[in-house]
Amino acid sequence: MSSSVETFYEVMRRQGITRRSFLKYCSLTAAALGLGPAYANKIAHAMETKPRTPVIWLHGQECTCCSESFIRSAHPLAKDVVLSMISLDYDDLLMAAAGHQAEAILEETVEKHKGNYILAVEGNAPMNQEGMSCSIAGKPFSEQLLEMAEHCKVIISWGSCASWGCVQAAKPNPTQSIPVHTFLAGKVDKPIIKVPGCPPIAEVMTGVITYMLTFDRLPELDRQGRPKMFYSQRIHDKCYRRPHFDAGQFVESWDDEGARKGYCLYKVGCKGPTTYNACSTVRWNEGTSFPIQAGHGCIGCSEEGFWDKGSFYSRDIEINAFGIEARADDVGVAAAATLGVAVAAHAAISAVKAAQKKGDE
Amino acid sequence: MSVLVTPNNYKMDNSGKRIVVDPVTRIEGHMRCEVNVDENNVIQNAVSTGTMWRGLEVILRGRDPRDAWAFVERICGVCTGCHALASVRSVEDALGIIIPKNAYLIREIMAKTLQVHDHIVHFYHLHALDWVNPVNALKADPKATSSLQQLVSPSHPKSSPGYFKDIQTRIRKFIESGQLGIFKNGYWDNPAYKLSPEADLMALTHYLEALDFQKEVVKIHAVFGGKNPHPNYMVGGVPCAINMDGDMSAGAPVNMERLNFVKARIDEACAFNTNVYVPDVIAIAAYYKDWMYGGGIGATDLMDYGAYQSYEEYALGKDGKTTAKLPGGAIIGGDWSTVHPVDPKDPEQVQEFVTHSWYDYPEGMEDKGLHPWDGITEANYKLGDKTVGTSTNVQYLDESAKYSWIKSPRWRGHAVEVGPLSRYILGYVQGNEYIVKQVDSSLVRFNAVCKILDPAHQDVTDLKAFLGSTLGRTLARALESEYCAEMMVDDWHSLIENIKNGDSSTANTEKWDPETWPDEARGVGVVAAPRGAMAHWIVIKNGKIANYQCVVPTTWNGSPRDAKGNIGAFEASLMGTPMARPEEPVEILRTLHSFDPCLACSTHVMSEEGEEMAVVTVR
Repeated sequence: MSSSVETFYEVMRRQGITRRSFLKYCSLTAAALGLGPAYANKIAHAMETKPRTPVIWLHGQECTCCSESFIRSAHPLAKDVVLSMISLDYDDLLMAAAGHQAEAILEETVEKHKGNYILAVEGNAPMNQEGMSCSIAGKPFSEQLLEMAEHCKVIISWGSCASWGCVQAAKPNPTQSIPVHTFLAGKVDKPIIKVPGCPPIAEVMTGVITYMLTFDRLPELDRQGRPKMFYSQRIHDKCYRRPHFDAGQFVESWDDEGARKGYCLYKVGCKGPTTYNACSTVRWNEGTSFPIQAGHGCIGCSEEGFWDKGSFYSRDIEINAFGIEARADDVGVAAAATLGVAVAAHAAISAVKAAQKKGDE
Repeated sequence: MSVLVTPNNYKMDNSGKRIVVDPVTRIEGHMRCEVNVDENNVIQNAVSTGTMWRGLEVILRGRDPRDAWAFVERICGVCTGCHALASVRSVEDALGIIIPKNAYLIREIMAKTLQVHDHIVHFYHLHALDWVNPVNALKADPKATSSLQQLVSPSHPKSSPGYFKDIQTRIRKFIESGQLGIFKNGYWDNPAYKLSPEADLMALTHYLEALDFQKEVVKIHAVFGGKNPHPNYMVGGVPCAINMDGDMSAGAPVNMERLNFVKARIDEACAFNTNVYVPDVIAIAAYYKDWMYGGGIGATDLMDYGAYQSYEEYALGKDGKTTAKLPGGAIIGGDWSTVHPVDPKDPEQVQEFVTHSWYDYPEGMEDKGLHPWDGITEANYKLGDKTVGTSTNVQYLDESAKYSWIKSPRWRGHAVEVGPLSRYILGYVQGNEYIVKQVDSSLVRFNAVCKILDPAHQDVTDLKAFLGSTLGRTLARALESEYCAEMMVDDWHSLIENIKNGDSSTANTEKWDPETWPDEARGVGVVAAPRGAMAHWIVIKNGKIANYQCVVPTTWNGSPRDAKGNIGAFEASLMGTPMARPEEPVEILRTLHSFDPCLACSTHVMSEEGEEMAVVTVR
């Protein structure tokens, strides 16, 4: 990797440390880590050649929930990511510099790290109001996004804003806000990793980053551009309340007997059956819980256009994200809300999905 | 080039050198600030601009009021949950729903969890670098740092010299790598930084401790709301049903284990506030005792709706004096002896102006103020004639015309400050015992630390001057965090007591079905948001949202001039502040950050007609 960033080795040399001392330091480090002597060479090599990857984290129209989620990461800890894994050179939430001194970092990054930095985008760009319903340094955010996208290595679209548009793009989308890939289409051809969710789970965010740093490659993506490692199964598939669904035991209304026993929330609107995310497996806040465990149905926040798919408490689950205009209950048997209906509906959803998935491959 | 005196008595002179800060970083959302400094580099004019608008309330029109909490929760992911709470309260107010006591207490615990989390993240991760110099921390003696730690907070266990040495080594490695990350292009040789290397190292260490701590306290939201950021709320109560010892208790949202888990996090919050946050703020204030700028209208013109009353007062109404632990009211013109009652439903009290905002009111009403229930907004991005630059490449704004996406709310025509400082002054002057004790003892502790640093220190005794400053605003926030954590202990015990008395109800579903609603209803939901007084106004017609309006803390504080020319709290706070180096905005950031600006929150509007705005097709 050609780079004008000082590596750790270069910094040590600049401090007047000899190469001999440097190698001794590497041996001691290897020993301290409980690694064999062979690792000393690897450490030395990494330090001589590998600076922390610069990350430029831009904020468009958003609510900052993605950044807030990111700093909740427990493994790895947010402080370890920021101090030891990446070089978070621009992030208007955490950076010390402001104004001109902040914007100068972007110019410097393009100059020094062209093609080598990760562009993380939180939020999206508005097209109405001359683009000035989100402006930075007196210019439309879209200009900053385009400039930084042109020269980056890879783009991460954090959260449902950058991935799909999210709440400001819900009907009637007053600012004509569009997601990152739509804005860049035909302008910039860079790989885009979508990490949807409102927000995404903290450990999913740091998991995506550390995967790229550790394996030096992009995670495998699905057809919609999401990492398969976190988005290849529905919340329903691994939900701890799934046995109640299968047994026909449902919460019928808030705080009823079923709610107190932890029955399935499908009838009070849970979107777990149509939502691809890791909530029921990774869970939230260091595995503390997830929405269904706390008694509220999934609202489907990682799915495209989830704001415009009817009430969060309706069980008319639309599955048109897959190109099929249908509702779960229509697919199943149009009858009273009993066990059979839900299961039939569920089976129908599964069948449609399976067929669709086959079609994708 | 002009000099004018505003009705709220600020002399605005924009003839001096113009300084632009855009983006203002370490805030939520997007903000720009322009100031003019005179030949002594003292700020003589200030212009605060919200630079993002999303139009969430337009989006809410015609939707199910029971869904609104999730939409408005996405106004802000930093003060996550407070908009959701205001929303469910506005719907319940409109429909006359009284929620069960357990639900009330659980919501109280969630609201105070947010206060603690938000205040701590604000101080350490958004504000501290205005006071703390990480590069200077490399010069610290870890032993002396340890002594300082034990002096300012003897009960904090992480205080050994070795501990500080390890952190210092880590920071040294980081800085010497040449990749400065979030510290890059900071103002580290600016003389505005005043801490000793040891105080810098101590505070920087707590930056890291706070980063670890904040992810713990929000687990309370995960228990009751399933996740954080953006926990789930529900109209009529809380979705987390209680099952203490019945069948399948272990899979229930709230059981003994979950409540114990919550209690453990509450206890940690109390300890962090008392051992780390409050002592740090007092110690830092002592080092900056000669920098008492930034008060603006903070101690003179202020407002809050009041918060944290008892369940009985909520359910049955006020019987005499309020039980609110943060009592509301308004103080005008610096008269602390008169607290005016505040009513968000009174059309004469809360009004919004758009004279200097990028919106239009109908012809003939351009300079009128509108109550939120009757709020009108139509976006109109238009710059004044004296703007330097173009509409999409602005060099200098023209503050005599429209210059912000933020509207100007006024209380009976007055520009007021909202926030923890306002709440603390209101609590202090209304004799809240806990607040009086906290404030008085903080002043004593502040003077004591000042004396250690400088034996010739003369005790500060003028409370109004002490609180009416950037430091006062920052201190009030720390004290509020401490108070909220202590209140959570009480709420937790009340919750246990209520369950013990045989009540395990968490939802009132009588009016869940829209069929049970009147054809038309209007309501208000108020919340003590971390940044200050917040209210949502809703109008429901035929089961759908007909109008929705939020007036949030940063709308009050960050507002542009109103029709009469009154400047808002941000602008007022910057006036008269000297800058060490005008091209390095340390002092501007320090004072703006003391409000904890939340710009995504502040710039939301609703079109009365609800018409679809011009649509541009992008391909």
